[in-house]
This record gives sequence, C-alpha cells and structure tokens, in this order.
Amino acid sequence: MSAAAAHVGPGEQQVPQGQDERKRGLTGYLLLLPGALWLLVFFVVPLVTLISTSLYDPSGSVFAGYEMTFHWRNYVDAVQGYGPQLWRSFLYAGTATVAAVLLGFPLAYAIAFKAGRWKNLMLILVIAPFFTSFLIRTLSWQMLLGDNGWLVDIFRTLQILGPDGHLLATPFAVVTGLTYNFLPFMVLPLYASLEKLDPRLLEAGADLYATPLTTFRKVTLPLAMPGLVAGTLLTFIPAAGDYINSELLGTPNTRMIGNEIQDLFAAGSYPVAAALSVTLMAAIVALVTVYVRRSGSEELV
Amino acid sequence: MTRSDLVLSSVTKRFGSFTAVDDLDLTVPEGSFFALLGPSGCGKTTTLRMVAGLEEPTSGTVHLGDQDISGLRPYKRPVNTVFQSYALFPHLSIAENVAFGLRRRGVKDVKQQVGEMLELVELEQYAGRRPAQLSGGQQQRVALARALINRPQVLLLDEPLGALDLKLRRQMQIELKRIQTEVGITFVHVTHDQEEAMTMADTIAVMNGGVIEQMGRPLDLYENPATTFVSNFLGQSNLVGGQVLERSSQSVLIDVHGSKLLAPSDRARSAEGDVWVGIRPEKVFLAAAESEFDDGSNLLAGGVVTDVSYVGVSTQYLARMPWGQELMVFEQNTGARDSFRPGDRVDLHWMPAHTFLLDATQAADAGVEKEEDL
Ligand SMILES: Nc1ncnc2c1ncn2[C@@H]1O[C@H](COP(=O)(O)OP(=O)(O)O)[C@@H](O)[C@H]1O
Ligand SMILES: [Mg+2]
Repeated sequence: MSAAAAHVGPGEQQVPQGQDERKRGLTGYLLLLPGALWLLVFFVVPLVTLISTSLYDPSGSVFAGYEMTFHWRNYVDAVQGYGPQLWRSFLYAGTATVAAVLLGFPLAYAIAFKAGRWKNLMLILVIAPFFTSFLIRTLSWQMLLGDNGWLVDIFRTLQILGPDGHLLATPFAVVTGLTYNFLPFMVLPLYASLEKLDPRLLEAGADLYATPLTTFRKVTLPLAMPGLVAGTLLTFIPAAGDYINSELLGTPNTRMIGNEIQDLFAAGSYPVAAALSVTLMAAIVALVTVYVRRSGSEELV
Repeated sequence: MTRSDLVLSSVTKRFGSFTAVDDLDLTVPEGSFFALLGPSGCGKTTTLRMVAGLEEPTSGTVHLGDQDISGLRPYKRPVNTVFQSYALFPHLSIAENVAFGLRRRGVKDVKQQVGEMLELVELEQYAGRRPAQLSGGQQQRVALARALINRPQVLLLDEPLGALDLKLRRQMQIELKRIQTEVGITFVHVTHDQEEAMTMADTIAVMNGGVIEQMGRPLDLYENPATTFVSNFLGQSNLVGGQVLERSSQSVLIDVHGSKLLAPSDRARSAEGDVWVGIRPEKVFLAAAESEFDDGSNLLAGGVVTDVSYVGVSTQYLARMPWGQELMVFEQNTGARDSFRPGDRVDLHWMPAHTFLLDATQAADAGVEKEEDL
C-alpha cells in the first residue's frame, strides 16, 4: 500500500506541474492576444498600407485606382516640395517642447515637493483641460490671442507689440498653442519622477557642501531624467505631427507638415501624402533614437 | 581657544505648538564619541538636524568652538551626517557617492582619497557598483565613508545601525568605534539602543521628551542614575517606595514597608520625605527565608518566588513582596548560590552602597521598555 503510494506520488505530482507550466505559458499568450490583435489590425495593417501607398504611381486617382510601381520618386517629390514645412514642424515642435520644459519643470517640482495638501487638487487642475475637447480649447486661444483680446491690449500698452502688432496668426500663436496643448504630457511624467525622489537626498546634497543649485544639477536633474525624457517625447512627437494649432492659430506661412499631409489626402494625392507621412515618421524615429541615446536613458524608456 | 567643542545653548525647536526639543543645553567635547540616547520620538533626530543645519532652531544657538554656526546654511557647516536611511545617491557609483563632498569643495585629485576611504570601510572592490547592488551593511559603510572623507569637525550619526540585524550591528559597533579612534573626529551618535550607547560612547546624554535627563560616562549613568527614567531606560531597576527617617553626611536611613534600609548620602538624589529606593537586580542576593544576616546588608524579607527564568549565565527571578510588588533578582550561575523554585519563600539582601535614592514625584515606570518597543 505504502509502496504503491510512493510510486504513484511522484508521478501524480509531476503531471500537474507540467500542466501548470504549460498553463502559465498559455496565460501569457492569452493576455497578449487582445493587444496584439488590436495592433495588427490598427497599426501593422495601416502601416503596411501607408508604405505601399507611398510607392504607388502618383498618376492614379481615388476613382481610377492606383498602380503599384514602386515609384520611390514620391519621396523625392515630398521632401523637395515640402522641405520648409518639414523643417518648420520640427522647429515649432522643438520650441514648444523647450517652453513646456521651462513651464512644466517648476510646476511638477512644486506639485511634488511644495504643494502639501493641495497636491491632489493641483494634479486635477493639470488634467482638467482634458475634460473639454482639444478643438474647443484651441479655438478659445483664438479669442485670447485675437486683436480684441486683453493680451494684445496689454502687450501694446507695454510696447512689446507695436500699435498694429498681432499675436494671432503668427508663429508665436502656433507655438503657444502647441505648448499649451501638450503641457500636461510634460508635467505628468516629470511629476511621477520627482515624486519618487527622496527629499533626504537633497538634504544629503546640502550636507555634502552642495549649494541648492548644485544639488539640483547633480541630484535632482539626473534623477528626474526618466520623466524629462518621457515628457519631451510625449510633447515633441505629437507636436511635430500636429495640424490643428497651425490651422486655427496660424497662417499659410506657419503651415506645418501635418497641414500639408491633411490637404494632400483631402485632395486625393494619396501617394505623395503617404510618402510625406512615412518621411515624417522616419525623421521622428531617427531624432528620438539619437535623443534617447544621448540622454543615456535607453533602459528607462 | 583651540578646542572646537560642539555647544548647544538653550536650543528649542517647536513644530507648530508641539515642542520637539525643549531648552536643550549640551556640550560635546572635541574628539569624543558622544551618544545621544533616548526612546523613539524624544527629539534626537531633530537635535542632530539643527546641528547639521537642516532644521532651524526656534530659539537658542549652536556653537562649534568659537564660531556661532546657528545661522549657517547646511552646505557651509564643517559637519557631516550619516543619515538614518543612508540617503545614498542611487544614480552614482559607490566611488562617486564617496567623492561627492570633495568634488563640491573643488578638490582636484579625489581618486586616492576615495580609494583610501573605501579601504578604511573595506569596500575597495565595490567602487564601481551602484548603491542598490549593495547589502544594508555595505550601504551603511558607504554612508559613513561619504561623510568621513570630508574630515568634518563633527560627524553626526543618526541611528546608523538601526536597519541592520543584531550580529552585523554588534560588528559595526566595534568597527565604528575603531574608526572613530583612528580618525579622532568628534562623533555624535544617536541611538535608542542603550546597549549600543553603553558599548560605544565615552559620554552618553539620555534624552526624554525633548530634554536631557542626565549626561555622563556610561558607568556613572548606570551606577548612579539621576531619574527614574534613566534608571529604567539604562538597564533595569527595582524601585521601592520608602520614607526617609534620618540622614547624616554619610548615609540616609529609610523605612521601606517596615524594614530599615541604608543608602549612601552621595547616591541620594532626594533625601527628604517620600523617596524611591532603587537597586539594580544583579546587585540583589536571594536567601532562603529567615536565614541569619549580620553583615549590615539591606534586607527585605518575606518574598515569594513567582517566576524563574534560566538564561545561561544567570538566572532571573521575580519575587512577590508582602506589599504586592514584584522585584527582580539576577543571580549569576556560579554554582556557589542556591537555586530557588516558584513558591519558595525568600529574603532579598544587598550592600547598602549599591542603593540609590530618587525623587518620589517621578513615575516609577518611566522609561520601562514596553513589549511593543522591543
Ligand atoms: N517636520 C516635523 N513636523 C512636525 N513634527 C515633527 C517634525 N519632525 C519631527 N517632528 C516630531 O518631533 C518629535 C521628535 O522627532 P524626532 O526628533 O524625529 O525623534 P527621534 O529621532 O528621537 O525619534 C516627534 O514627535 C516627531 O513627530
Ligand atoms: Mg530619529
């Protein structure tokens, strides 16, 4: 009896163990499945379509259909025809990102260390703009920056603007809009990093002969780096592809690459529009790769 | 004056209406190993932080030698801290953590000094690692090295061994003491562990509720406690209520529940009316009831053994006295003493010279370690 049990015992134990491992492996795949399916249908398929569209013969039309001719000259046309807009997009997005860092870092720092019991309220206020639509918020900037708005009045009184100077329909307005719209994406990751920073490290810095400024450079900033990198990426990438801000707050002279792509698609020039989109995407990936390498945060992103 | 003693004069710190440190006067002699001992929440950390400049006193001054450092920013003070939680910089290597203070003061060639310091704390081979890759004891030594390398005039240590297990703690106590003797810097060591304070410090200040209860050499504090708090917090004591009958320049005669006891005058903190008569448990001998004594011992008769714990080197007894109080007696297991069992009737006796007298207005159980603190 006991001998039989001893024989059966290990066998019985091994079988469920094997099943367990297989189940665990299976669970992993099952968890991946919905996301993977989603990405396949809404990312991989469109990406392949986009890339192939960018190589279609541009002489076709939506109605007549397009022919796949590996027409790589679409890319040459795109870059030659829309170079300034491409460059402008990165310039505006870069400026807006820098502005968002300058505004967002002190804000995130204040929320993390100085807000005390107001912390949650301040976080809600950072997120609150999302309660209304992006479009409506950008439209209201038209009123804020308009020639009849109080901002222009003040700027004219202070002689920052000439008597017939404008704010609306300038690069300033577009960059301001971009900065405003993407500021929360800068503040939240920065806050998350700073929140994790042990204030005793700052005291240790002070104890070890570092002035507040040096403590900031040597302790706070390096430890906030993951948040800063995440924040700049979350601001720069969508800002570079944005077209609403330029559309609503700019002029034909402030057109960004997003506006051109939008117009080209609307006009039915699918191949060039697609080539422009792929170019933008490739440029962003290249920039981001260099940036992440330089900031030494590969493992953090 | 060349000595740079650390002197705190009437230092008070309030957080709102709560007084964390109350009118504290303290002198730490240069080069000494000074322990600030007290239960959790008594204001030790706050006191250290005021010396480091991380907290500003509500009133009072901090002097280092001739210099008033009360108003100096922390980074201007020749004082370094080993933080309770170590506060090592997680993004820097061990070597860079240790070099941090030197670099801030513009020292050019830090490499050799860092190497020597890491050698002192026996961590040479870890120079390139990050703090998170080290054990608690190793992190503790990095924190020590990071502070010591700056050769501060005073090194502040805030419960630096609190997070270590008992064995490592004992080892580090010896290490710390060795390093202090070697470098000769003033150490102010904060702890709530009385054994740690006793083994390491030249001088101990016992702190309670924001004030210093007593300050002195470990031996003096133990043998001659000034308050019931000190008598209970540093080791254990039996405190029995009594009334003073007579006093001379030599001794004080006290009535304790009908027994006449003697105490030396110079150990009497209070010698009038009601007093606590104190005696350390290891100073008391147990004898079978009604044994004869004529050696001039203090004698309390009529006890009944209620508890016996054998702890190897000694046996710890509890004896219930006729007035209901249980007294502690520690008998060394030399083999020469009788042993007793619960229910045995016993007399307690001890040398009058070991008796101390305390003010009866103080609570007898002040400073007794509660179960949950252990
Ligand atoms: N920043 C602060 N604000 C309010 N109360 C504090 C602050 N720091 C310390 N305290 C209070 O002061 C008392 C002493 O604290 P502390 O010096 O940290 O004690 P210890 O180090 O002896 O355990 C505690 O009751 C603590 O709650
Ligand atoms: Mg403390």
